[in-house]
Amino acid sequence: MSAASTPSPVEGSATPAPLLLEARGVVKHFPIRTSNGKKIVQAVDGVSLQVRAGETLGLVGESGCGKSTLGRCLVRLIEVTEGQVIFDGTDITSMSRRELRSRRTGFQMIFQDPYASLNPRRRALATVEEPMRTHDMGTEQEIRDRAMHLLEIVGFDPSYADRYPHEFSGGQRQRLGIARALAVTPRLLIADEPVSALDVSIQAQVLNLLADLQRDQALTYVFIAHDLAVVHHIADRIGVMYLGELVEVGDSSPLYNHPAHPYTEALLSSIPVIDDEVEKRDRIVLQGDLPSPIDKPGGCAFAPRCRYSQAICVSDKPVLQLLSDGREVACHFPLVAAATTTLTI
Amino acid sequence: MSESMAAQPLLDVRDLRVSFRTRSGTVDAVDGISFTVGRGEVLGIVGESGSGKSVSMLSVLGLIDNPNCVVEGEVIFQGEDLLKLDDKELRRIRGKEIAMVFQDPMTALTPVYTAGWHISEQIRAHEKVSKKAAHARAIQLLDAVGIPNSTDRVNSYPHEFSGGMRQRVVIAMALSCNPSLLIADEPTTALDVTIQAQILELLRDLQSEFGSSIVLITHDMGVVSQMSDRVLVMYGGRLAEAGPRRALMRDPLHPYTWGLMGSIPPTDGTRVERLAAIPGAPINPSDPDRDRCLFSSRCGFASDACRPQPGLVEHVHGHLDACVLPYDQRPALRLEALTTVMTESGASA
Amino acid sequence: MWRFAGKRAIAALLVLFAISVLVFLIFFATPGVDPAARIAGRNASQETLAQVRQSFGLDQPIWVQYGVMMRHLFIDRDLTSFVNRGAEVIPQVQQAIPVTLSLVIGAAVIWVILALVMGVLATAYRGTAIDPIIVVLGVIGVSLPVYWLGEVVNLVTQSRLHDTIFAWVPSLGYVSLSEGFGPWALHLLFPWLTLAVLYAGIYARVLRSEMVGAMNEDYIRMARAKGIGEWRVLLRHALRTSLIVVVSLFGLDFGALIGGAALLTEVVFGLQGIGKLTYDSLQNFDLPVILACVLYAAFFVVLANFIVDLLYAWLDPRVRHV
Repeated sequence: MSAASTPSPVEGSATPAPLLLEARGVVKHFPIRTSNGKKIVQAVDGVSLQVRAGETLGLVGESGCGKSTLGRCLVRLIEVTEGQVIFDGTDITSMSRRELRSRRTGFQMIFQDPYASLNPRRRALATVEEPMRTHDMGTEQEIRDRAMHLLEIVGFDPSYADRYPHEFSGGQRQRLGIARALAVTPRLLIADEPVSALDVSIQAQVLNLLADLQRDQALTYVFIAHDLAVVHHIADRIGVMYLGELVEVGDSSPLYNHPAHPYTEALLSSIPVIDDEVEKRDRIVLQGDLPSPIDKPGGCAFAPRCRYSQAICVSDKPVLQLLSDGREVACHFPLVAAATTTLTI
Repeated sequence: MSESMAAQPLLDVRDLRVSFRTRSGTVDAVDGISFTVGRGEVLGIVGESGSGKSVSMLSVLGLIDNPNCVVEGEVIFQGEDLLKLDDKELRRIRGKEIAMVFQDPMTALTPVYTAGWHISEQIRAHEKVSKKAAHARAIQLLDAVGIPNSTDRVNSYPHEFSGGMRQRVVIAMALSCNPSLLIADEPTTALDVTIQAQILELLRDLQSEFGSSIVLITHDMGVVSQMSDRVLVMYGGRLAEAGPRRALMRDPLHPYTWGLMGSIPPTDGTRVERLAAIPGAPINPSDPDRDRCLFSSRCGFASDACRPQPGLVEHVHGHLDACVLPYDQRPALRLEALTTVMTESGASA
Repeated sequence: MWRFAGKRAIAALLVLFAISVLVFLIFFATPGVDPAARIAGRNASQETLAQVRQSFGLDQPIWVQYGVMMRHLFIDRDLTSFVNRGAEVIPQVQQAIPVTLSLVIGAAVIWVILALVMGVLATAYRGTAIDPIIVVLGVIGVSLPVYWLGEVVNLVTQSRLHDTIFAWVPSLGYVSLSEGFGPWALHLLFPWLTLAVLYAGIYARVLRSEMVGAMNEDYIRMARAKGIGEWRVLLRHALRTSLIVVVSLFGLDFGALIGGAALLTEVVFGLQGIGKLTYDSLQNFDLPVILACVLYAAFFVVLANFIVDLLYAWLDPRVRHV
């Protein structure tokens, strides 16, 4: 990957913000048993990406594209099959469990269903205190004060501190999950579909909260979602995944407004728009189902559903190439000109 | 009779009320809503969880399996009040005249039977045809909903289909008796976005081919605006706003509709720093304080005028809402609501 | 399907082998247990012990002993009891098998039918008085100990009322099916009912809770929306999907009962079945008989599981291809 693809998200600073997280050729395979013997699910198939301090990288794709698996690999909730994940200059994929434990305060993860990850018998305050106790982050009083402060930051008034998870609504639970993740003062937050289980009006609240927290606490996000409009809203840069591979990655606005990969184009056109006269858009309906990551087609993984597909797409696998606007795309026939020709967007 | 039927709407719901008796009192899940569905019309019903959008349509067909549920009002369908029919008479309507498609295709089919079995069961429940003839019709229907290889796939079990294909099977089943009304309850919510686009396209094609009316229940403003001719917005079991699609999407009247629209990230490529979210959580249907605008507890424009409960007022042709704000000031107020959010973000920064 | 069956058969053979070794070791290699001492009697002298060891082959290395016993059991089929010298084991087992099979299969038919009726009715009438009545009946059935219920039944039918209403009840014991269906069934009627009462209660409760769970599934709402009748929804959709759990329970219980777990019923009603045979041989520490019974029981448990797996595949298409 090229460093040029990452302009600074911090406005006005001359030098780009330092790299906080880097994935180098991450591969995750799951062996499974089927009626025809053992097979391998290529959940993540060689993904490299970089996240700079203070920015939000959005990972978008449909079910089975490996975005959640990749997210888990990035914080080493599961072990990678191949490749490295470098957090703040250290390779976390090769460090011992003990070392990893001490480094875990640097990165935290929040999930789609916060209820499943909250202990039902622990009150809100204790839920937030628990990770601080585990990592021995101060006296009882300090921990309690900080927990109360965190609950306040995510929008709870003090009376909520003694409630149990089942007394919270879905959106409140997600906010409690965020407060707990923030307890250990992480620098990186990986959010896996944090709003997709929530009501529309609550989604917006949580998205706003995440935006406020990023600004106030200098957080870096990897935001994983299936909804390109939501990802475009929150992310500075977007990586589009298809069948375990990154097919396009680049700055949010150009990627959304002028997708270079045919899959990105199709994803974009699948977003139902509210006023189709104001927003005239080609309606591209992809044919066929998502192929399974077990028997991946050779060549370009997207070729069987691609309307621009040609012979070379079936035979040769495209690699990520740099576009003129700094984006990278893995396609033989990108919809935006490659870097060799000058083009203004 | 037949002449006047043509002018009548297909479905005419009048003051529908669905309440559940609970230990702590009666809960009104649907609180007196009235609407019509015209022949060949697609009506979208939008709302969040607890808005009563699903319950209202389930109650129309007597599909709420809860002994503590009371349904009142009138539901006139082709000249008959469905709420006055007994279960046997209702069964004649269900699946034949009014068919349903539910949210999760993964669980909507009984796992131990094939696609063909499911479709045949529905056909044979309403028509006296042989198993063989029903099976042949099932194959045609699977073809019509775009399932490739339908002669083989008719013998596949639900788990052998992908989610999108399964929803196609459910739709084929729903259409098998040529219903005049199709109720689709969040038909694409459980599907991937590219598959959602496929299913919406299929529904549109089938609607223009078969001419059924559709009631589309969804939480997604985008989906509803792509599919419907008319839109109802529900909140707390009541109608907040109703109107023709374009008018409602362009010039929404009710502050709740403003909030719903502001909560969705813009899709036109612009980026805002904060979304115009609605504060607070959707109202709990068991909230006892009901003689008021139920949205007033979350509304930035709430005042004493929000009590007692405001009625639905028609402002422009066919476009109504239940809000006490002066009609001519709505555009300005909507803008104000948006800018308030912006300054809030500025203040906290 | 054949590959699946073949795999299961090989697995079953391995299980049987492992069980035979295990039983053998438990009896022969357990410290402090000397089969020779048991056989020779309480106050046997060292010479007698040595003689017993020699004549029973107990002085051989243990794997030789195992091999010899297996040869007698499966190849020569002339394994003899340690206790009643000269009494061959296999005919004893062969005599006991039809007794137990008759008892258990008959009871199973009764309890499955009873449970289906009770479970379906309880589900259909949940929320009315019928549901709790059925549930309570089930609980009573489960709570009645078999030996007590059996004794009461015997008391009533064999002595107290034997001269009046129950004059048609034959005396205790087993009559072979070759003597005619009538006498066979009549002799087994009360043992069947006694055994079935226990299981019908459990099965009805399991079926009811499964079906009530199924009634909340989306596909039930879908089935209703199709306009089909409530009984069809109940039987073709809810019952059909709930049977899967009942079948797996049935496999376990049926296998265990065939394998000798019907002991109490057999003893109470004077039936010389496998349970009784195993019990007697354990009392006498009669290793050849124990081994034969345990292997026989294991065989039936494995067989029952195998049949359940096939039933499973028939009931649930999702497991067919795994």
